[in-house]
Amino acid sequence: MTYTIEGRTGPWELVIGLEVHAQVISQSKLFSGAATAFGAEPNSQVSFIDAGFPGMLPVINQECVAQAVRTGLGLNAKVNLWSRFDRKNYFYADLPQGYQISQFAHPIIGEGAVEITLADGTVKSIGITRLHLEQDAGKSLHDQHPSKSFIDLNRSGVALMEIVSEPDMRSPEEAGAYLSKLRQILRYLGTCDGNMDEGSMRADVNVSVRKAGEGYRTRCEVKNVNSIRFVMQAVEAEARRQIEVWEDGGEVVQETRLFDTSRGTTRSMRSKEDAHDYRYFPEPDLPPLVLESDWVEALKAALPELPDARRARYVAMGLSPYDAHVLTLEKETAVFFEAVAKGRDAKTVANWLTGDFFAHLNKRGVGIEESPVPAADLGALIDLIADKTINGKIAKDVLEIMFEEGKTPAAIVEARGLKQVTDTGAIDAAVDKVLAANAGQVEQYKAGKVTLFGFFVGQTMKALQGKGNPALVNEVLKAKLGG
Amino acid sequence: MSLDSATVRRIASLARIRLEDDELSRMQAEINGILGWIEQLQAVDTEGVEPMAGGSPVGQVQARLRPDAVTDGDRAEQVLANAPDRMGAWFGVPKVVE
Amino acid sequence: MHPTDFTLAGALAALEEGAISSVELTQAHLDGIAKLNPRLNAYITVTAEKALAQAAESDARRKRGEARALEGIPLAIKDLFCTAGTETTAGSRILKGFVPPYESTVSQKLLDDGAVFLGKANLDEFAMGSSNTTSAAGPVENPWSRANDPDTRLVPGGSSGGSAAAVAARMALGATATDTGGSIRQPAAFCGIAGIKPTYGRCSRFGIVAFASSLDQAGPVARTVEDCALLLTSMAGFDPKDSTSADIAVPNFAAACRRGVKGLRIGVPKEYRLDGLAPEIGALWDQGLAWLREQGAETVEISLPHTKYALPTYYIVAPAEASSNLARYDGVRFGSRVTEPGSDLRDLYERTRAAGFGAEVKRRIMIGTYVLSAGYYDAYYLKAQKIRALIRRDFEEAFKQVDAIVTPATPSAAFGMDEKQDDPVTMYLNDVFTVTANLAGLPGLAVPAGLDGQGLPLGLQVIGKAFDEESVFAVGHAIERAANFTAAPGLRAGA
Ligand SMILES: [Mg+2]
Ligand SMILES: [Zn+2]
Repeated sequence: MTYTIEGRTGPWELVIGLEVHAQVISQSKLFSGAATAFGAEPNSQVSFIDAGFPGMLPVINQECVAQAVRTGLGLNAKVNLWSRFDRKNYFYADLPQGYQISQFAHPIIGEGAVEITLADGTVKSIGITRLHLEQDAGKSLHDQHPSKSFIDLNRSGVALMEIVSEPDMRSPEEAGAYLSKLRQILRYLGTCDGNMDEGSMRADVNVSVRKAGEGYRTRCEVKNVNSIRFVMQAVEAEARRQIEVWEDGGEVVQETRLFDTSRGTTRSMRSKEDAHDYRYFPEPDLPPLVLESDWVEALKAALPELPDARRARYVAMGLSPYDAHVLTLEKETAVFFEAVAKGRDAKTVANWLTGDFFAHLNKRGVGIEESPVPAADLGALIDLIADKTINGKIAKDVLEIMFEEGKTPAAIVEARGLKQVTDTGAIDAAVDKVLAANAGQVEQYKAGKVTLFGFFVGQTMKALQGKGNPALVNEVLKAKLGG
Repeated sequence: MSLDSATVRRIASLARIRLEDDELSRMQAEINGILGWIEQLQAVDTEGVEPMAGGSPVGQVQARLRPDAVTDGDRAEQVLANAPDRMGAWFGVPKVVE
Repeated sequence: MHPTDFTLAGALAALEEGAISSVELTQAHLDGIAKLNPRLNAYITVTAEKALAQAAESDARRKRGEARALEGIPLAIKDLFCTAGTETTAGSRILKGFVPPYESTVSQKLLDDGAVFLGKANLDEFAMGSSNTTSAAGPVENPWSRANDPDTRLVPGGSSGGSAAAVAARMALGATATDTGGSIRQPAAFCGIAGIKPTYGRCSRFGIVAFASSLDQAGPVARTVEDCALLLTSMAGFDPKDSTSADIAVPNFAAACRRGVKGLRIGVPKEYRLDGLAPEIGALWDQGLAWLREQGAETVEISLPHTKYALPTYYIVAPAEASSNLARYDGVRFGSRVTEPGSDLRDLYERTRAAGFGAEVKRRIMIGTYVLSAGYYDAYYLKAQKIRALIRRDFEEAFKQVDAIVTPATPSAAFGMDEKQDDPVTMYLNDVFTVTANLAGLPGLAVPAGLDGQGLPLGLQVIGKAFDEESVFAVGHAIERAANFTAAPGLRAGA
């Protein structure tokens, strides 16, 4: 079923392509030795190169090139052994050189593809047109002064990968799924931290609408959308705007627009009026970027396992496709899962992780990488169940205490006397007591009301303060009742 | 090819150079003089010629790559020292409306 | 002998012998500057105190037996090289007051070899010009004048007019310069001194205000070929901060001067015999070739068929790159800013750049912006790059037959300060013999070879293979020796 938006004149299809700017993980900038860390004092991570001072020249950072190649390989894309930097000329307050050094005519990475999985389980391939390296601009602050903007060049010159998709997406959901999949792959590769709050990933969203069976109509580019949710909202808002323009007898004009997150609408960007004439030409300060194929092969050999492969491996380990999906969404989760699952039953570990463990993390609002309970402790807890030291119900309580007090499960079980009762004498006594105290129910049970069995189990466990071995309790009860 | 005054204005605007009205016609005449002289290049047969980008006389050279290390920065005072409108730790410009 | 009459090599010998100190040498040059600069305007900034302090330090070093290659030699630095702590203007209003906190690689290498900096030499604004009349600091005057017309003030050539005039007038023993289309060789020829533009990539461009990145090269001007060799040996060398810098060892260029030309094949490009070439220049060229033959070289006619397209090609490539390189002068981070009450950012840019750039710079930015703009890139810029490739190929072919090429350096001797100013293209023709070497990236040396009928110096040019400056120096030195050029300008220190 093609996703459509219903207009006055009938349904409209959406055509969506994304240009994602992903900040490369590197110590220093693409063309200078200044640091890239987020959140530094203004203009403290700026070299004269980044500030466009007279006579300054760019020198390419090898690691940034390696990261682009890794990403290209991770996107199943063609690595171009010969690529080139070009200058993209425009004036802007936070663009110190008056041009951005980018790759226009000859990008480092060519065509590739990303597979996305939609909520209904459909798998769809989204084409990657290209990936190129370029430098980021600085940052303008508009709220510091009534009549001035303030310029901070810390970001200026930081390496970006611009990843351009084919116009293959047809719904807000597909756009969202593509962006999250891309983010997931980059994070697995370690080439971008995917931190959209800090601007490490921004998407330019190209949207057009059309009637079924038509070719492409004019598209608009919504710039710098900085969350997956906003991308989905921006697609929808921009599509609705364009539908209205067409249905009012108007013409959509190709332009760059901005998504207003508070209003949920897009508006024209006045500052991009020269956008049609960037006067690209080959960067004369940089010879072409030539890669050795051996070097590319070495990067390929050292590539980490990517989410799709990992998920398939988990399913092969006996996990449900859903659990495998959830556990591979974030690399940190997968790493945690594997640490716990080593030498243990994978399915049990997955159940604990996706159930109580995630619930505790969520309650505390922390990610798995900051979990107060380390993988080793969760493993130890699962071991205590396996060796029948505690039962599953008690284990849930122990986990809660682990989160609260940060102690090991063994210490908690020991200190609180939570070891399960496996002594049949004690269980016999408890059962006798329960049956004696509930003679009426015993009679009903014997008359055929077998659903009362659960009641007897509950009462017996209560008498044993929850520590009874469930299997033994069942066994003894069955024997005495059925007797 | 001869540029009309509107094109000269557009180029000046792209280049962010304010042109006063009385400068326009002189600039237009000079540019057209230069472009007219350059026009002779169209006569050269360049079929199949690889364009020469960059200044190297020895054909195709390749970019050197530097190791990824922090070797610069932490010099905000120097970076800001020449600013015509320094605002504390920032460069100041008239407010930009996006 | 007056201390300013030393050649650089002679001064080094005198310093070594203790015949003179660097302080004395530096002071003599500063005295010359004080006397002549108000008229010649060869320096924009004179750093007398710094220079004397450097000289004193240098003398102390020499006493300790730690003299370096250029220990104590007073030089002028073209104001296109960024010098830490000293204002660097590129001859433009837009950089007024700009004090770089960094030193260009080339000037740093000279400092590391013990040179003393007298100050910053005047130039055409952003190195754009062939007469040194476009500087915001005012025009430079050539210290030479016509014998029959001594009152007409002449241009020193450009863009390194300040460097050339300072050296010719004995206001420095040598100077740094840069050459994008002839800006070392043409002023050297006009001022009766030597100057070499080395192979593209030989000298680092780091810290030199960029004009056209794929054409710009630094080089020295000095009164002799050997002095140029000494300076270039110090200035050249690989720099990891310039991605276009060549990682090639720097030979001893001074030694190459003494190689001689016996057995060398010298190319004589027929296309350089332009219609209307001044007979004096044609005659000097023939004379130069005869001198080389007398010293054992063979001269061979060669063809560089795309020569006539070199200048228009240059006037696409250079302005295009310049329009981009000069975008950073926007009044935000350094230099001057011009606003009106209520100016928005765009207005700030437009006013700052309108007021900050002179007419020639604006013209070239406009041309460059146009040839790169949407719809014109292929017809102009791409076409020019292809023709540039053909020009380089012409040289490659020629150098299969010859070891060096000899041509006139300029189509005329120095002209009057108010001549050739009406039409930009007429001015551009000054570089007709020099610009091909920039487009092809090859080394080119100008050497003074004689005087014209009015007593003005004329130069010859030696073009060499890529990274073969040694042959260029050998040929240049042979011409110099035969020419025995001993004339000196009327205006000079110590005269
Ligand atoms: Mg974009
Ligand atoms: Zn981009």
